[in-house]
Amino acid sequence: MMPMKLNVLAERLALTHICGELDKDASGVYTGDLLSWVMSHVEAGDVWITIMSNINVTAVASLTEAACVILAECVQPDEETIQAAKEKNVTIFSDPRSAYQLCCCLGAILSDG
Amino acid sequence: MTDAGINFHFDVDGEDFSSAGAASVEVKKNLRQLGFPPDVIRKVAIAMYEGEINMVIHANGGTADVFVLPDEITMVLRDQGPGIADVSLAMQEGFSTARDNIRSLGFGAGMGLPNMKKYTDAMEIETELGKGTKIVMRVKI
Ligand SMILES: Nc1ncnc2c1ncn2[C@@H]1O[C@H](COP(=O)(O)OP(=O)(O)OP(=O)(O)O)[C@@H](O)[C@H]1O
Ligand SMILES: [Mg+2]
Repeated sequence: MMPMKLNVLAERLALTHICGELDKDASGVYTGDLLSWVMSHVEAGDVWITIMSNINVTAVASLTEAACVILAECVQPDEETIQAAKEKNVTIFSDPRSAYQLCCCLGAILSDG
Repeated sequence: MTDAGINFHFDVDGEDFSSAGAASVEVKKNLRQLGFPPDVIRKVAIAMYEGEINMVIHANGGTADVFVLPDEITMVLRDQGPGIADVSLAMQEGFSTARDNIRSLGFGAGMGLPNMKKYTDAMEIETELGKGTKIVMRVKI
């Protein structure tokens, strides 16, 4: 899979940028909501798709070095989560699509580069 | 790094979910500055995070000490929580006593202790009901 910069990826998927740097490479995708499951399966550089939006998501994303978090189905983070994400340099997007739909779209753009 | 090693100590707050994971994030940052390889840092970060979160959600907080030597990193987590009634049951993937309000935050998969075992080279649990739990984990470099 060819790495793709988050700004390119965000533009191609028309994601809503909530916070965090866009000059990072995404090289894979993982989806899941159970944090200790995600913790051991997300790889560094992965786009992590979830419907969990509480502050603990920022710790998991930061510790695993996920490229970014996409909150599916219009889920919005609270102010505390956004603040923590900024401190930990975690990039967060929000999008109306479901995790499945986002995976399909990401699969299409990440495989043909 | 000296032969005597570098130690870190953290008090882990039991009620405060907003700082949950803070000790792990700090340890990870320090290990990176010390130049440890990414796979070692990943193992320590996962094991330490799961142990730290368990102290927050199951034991009302505790302490974490990390001892860093050139060839081994040791994490010691101590709490004065309820203790673990059946350690081999708790170690099984999927076993969890997390309540609904905790599950709604994404915890309770019952994967924390299995992750701690999987990502460390040695793990010992000492626990006594009503007294607390001490977990020692080692990662070899
Ligand atoms: N420090 C602790 N003190 C008391 N009980 C604990 C402690 N750590 C774990 N336990 C018990 O062991 C069970 C299994 O722990 P484990 O970390 O594997 O899963 P979990 O914390 O319930 O869910 P997850 O870690 O997947 O979010 C817990 O549900 C709890 O009953
Ligand atoms: Mg746990």
